[in-house]
Amino acid sequence: MAVKRGTSYIKRARIVKALWSLFLSTFTCVWFGSLAFAQASLTPPADLQVIDTPNDGGESLTLIWAPHALDGPEARYQILLGDAGATDPASLKTIAEFLANTRFVKEVKASWWTRRGEKTWHQYVIRGGKDIELSNGTAYTLTVAILKGDERAVGQLIQATPAPNWFNWNQLNNLILVLSFGGLVFYTISHAKRNEIFLRRIPGLDAVDEAIGRATELGKPILYLTGAHDMGDPSTIAAAVILGRVAKRVAAYETELMVPHREPITMAVCQEITKQAYLEAGKPDLFKEDSNFFITSDQFSYTAAVDGIMLRKQPAANFFMGAYFAESLLLTETGASTGAIQIAGTDSDHQLPFFVTTCDYTLIGEELYAASAYLSKEPIQIGTLRGQDIGKAVILSVILIGTVSATIGVVTGAQWPYLFLDLFKDLK
Amino acid sequence: MIFLRRQLPLLITMITGLLFAGQYYVPHPASEQLLTSATKWLQIIGGFALVLGVTSLFHQHAAKIRRKEAGWGYSLVLYAGMLGTIGVGLWANGKESVDGAMTAFGWVYSFMMVPLQGTMFAILAFFIASAAYRSFRARSREAAVLLIAAVIVMMGRVPLGEYLIPLSGDVSQWILNVLNASVRRAILIGVSLGAVALSFKIIFGVERSYLGGSKE
Repeated sequence: MAVKRGTSYIKRARIVKALWSLFLSTFTCVWFGSLAFAQASLTPPADLQVIDTPNDGGESLTLIWAPHALDGPEARYQILLGDAGATDPASLKTIAEFLANTRFVKEVKASWWTRRGEKTWHQYVIRGGKDIELSNGTAYTLTVAILKGDERAVGQLIQATPAPNWFNWNQLNNLILVLSFGGLVFYTISHAKRNEIFLRRIPGLDAVDEAIGRATELGKPILYLTGAHDMGDPSTIAAAVILGRVAKRVAAYETELMVPHREPITMAVCQEITKQAYLEAGKPDLFKEDSNFFITSDQFSYTAAVDGIMLRKQPAANFFMGAYFAESLLLTETGASTGAIQIAGTDSDHQLPFFVTTCDYTLIGEELYAASAYLSKEPIQIGTLRGQDIGKAVILSVILIGTVSATIGVVTGAQWPYLFLDLFKDLK
Repeated sequence: MIFLRRQLPLLITMITGLLFAGQYYVPHPASEQLLTSATKWLQIIGGFALVLGVTSLFHQHAAKIRRKEAGWGYSLVLYAGMLGTIGVGLWANGKESVDGAMTAFGWVYSFMMVPLQGTMFAILAFFIASAAYRSFRARSREAAVLLIAAVIVMMGRVPLGEYLIPLSGDVSQWILNVLNASVRRAILIGVSLGAVALSFKIIFGVERSYLGGSKE
C-alpha cells in the first residue's frame, strides 16, 4: 500500500511539474509575445514634415505629421529640437509635450489655400523666444516622439531652416477684396462723371446751412470739434474735410468760427483748410489765425475747457465731427443746455446713442464720410458713395449666402461650404 | 511753388499710402522695421507739433488777458497752472517719486490732476440721467420703443432689477446680443467701407481738401 501510495505520489508530482512547466512556458511565450507586439505597435509618428512656418516674419518652424493609431488621451507627443547635423535623438532637447489627441491642423487659424496637411493631421508650430532659440537662416534638427507608458518611439530626424516670408498668403482674400473694392470705387467715380447719381437726403447735412444762418442772425459764434483722434484716423480726416465746407459758408456769412483742438498736427492741418476756405469764399481778410487753437491732449481737461467755452461764449451752433469717447455726452449735454443747434457726425458706434439723444442731427457712421460728397455735390465724390453702396450690397449677399452655406455644412457635414466661407473669413 | 504746395504732398501721400497699405500684407521683419521707424518718426513730429500747440495755447490766452476778455481770469489760472507744473516738473526731474517719497510733481499729479479728472468723469452720471430723462419721454412711437427697451435693459443689468423681474436679465441680454449687436455690425460695415473708400480717395489724390483747397 505504501509502495502504491508512493508511486501515485511520484506520478502526481510529475503531473504537477509538467503542468507547472507548461504554465511557465505558456506565460513566458505570452509575456514575450505581448512585449514584442507592444513594441511593434508603438511605431514612430509617420509622414513627418518639418517646414519653415509659412506667412510669418521668420524665427519659426512647423512640424506636421500623420495621425497615429495610438492617438488618444493615454499617449503623448514630444517635440524634439537640436542643432543641425544631429543624428542621435538622445542629443535633442524636448521643447514641448502634449496629449496625442491635441494639436491638429484643423485647429490652426489658416485658410484652405494655405493649409499644408489634412485637417486630421497633427501640426505644431515652434516660435523662437526666451526658452527656444530659433534664428533665421540657421538649420535645426527636429523630430516628434510618441510616448505611451514607459515606451517611446522617435520619428525621423529632419533638418529645417526658419526664414522670413515676403507675403502673408492668409491675407490673399483680403487683398483681392480690397483691390476689387478699389476698382469698383474708381469705376463708379468714372460712371458718376458721365451720369447723374441720385443722392438721398441727409437731414444732418441739410441743417448745416440752417445752423450757420442761425448763428449769423444771433451774432454768435460757431463751435466745431474734430474729435479725439489724430490725422491718421479717417474720421478725423473726414471731420477736417467737412470743416473746409463749413468754414467756406461761415466765411460767406461772416460769422465767427472757433475750432478747439486736442492734437497739434490736426490743428495745423485745420488752420490751412480754414485759411483756404476763407480764400475761396473771397473773404481772406476775415480769416483769423487763432480760430483754430490747441487746448490739451488730455481727455477731460479738454472737455472741461470746451464746456467752459460753450457756457461763456454761448455758440449758436455746435458741430461734433470725428471720433469721441466718454467726453461725448459731457460736451453735447452742455451744448444742449445752452440752446445751441447741435450737429454730430461720428463713426464711434459706442457713442452714437449719446449723440442721438442730445444732438438735433446726427450723422451715423458712414454718413460722416459721405458728408464731403453731399456738401460738395461733386460727381467725383458722389461716385464713391455709389461704390460704397455696391460694396454693402455685396457684403449683404455674402452674409446671406454664407449663412445658408454654413447651415448646409453643419446639417450635411459637407466640406464644400467651407471653401466658400474661408474666402470671407478673417477679413480684418 | 504749386509743385511744393500741391503736387509734392500728393505724391508723398500716394507713395506712403501705398507703401503702408502694402506693409499690412508683408510679414517680413524689414516691413515691421519700416512700420516701427515710421511710428517713431510720427512720435518725433508729434513732439515738435506739441511746441506748436503749446505756443498756440499761450498766444490765445495771452491775447485774452491783454484784451481783458470775458473770463480772462481763467487764462491767468491756466498760465499759473501750466508754468507751476513745468516748474515743479523740472525741479523733480520729471519723476513722480524719488526713493518712495512723492515729489512736488507727483503731488500735483496725484492730488490735483487725478481728482479733477475724476470729477469731470463723475459728472457724466448726472449728464446721463438728464439726457435719459429728455430722450425717454414717450413723445412718439419710436421714443416709446426706446423707453421700453431702456427700462428692460436697465432692469436686467442691476441685481435688484433682475430680482424683481427675473426675466429681465435674459431679455436684456437678448436685446444687447441680437438687436443691438446686429445694428452695431451694420453700422460698422458701413463705417469700414466709408473709411476704405476715403483712404482710396486720399491715396490717389481724388480727395485733396485736407491739404487746404479743392480741385486745382
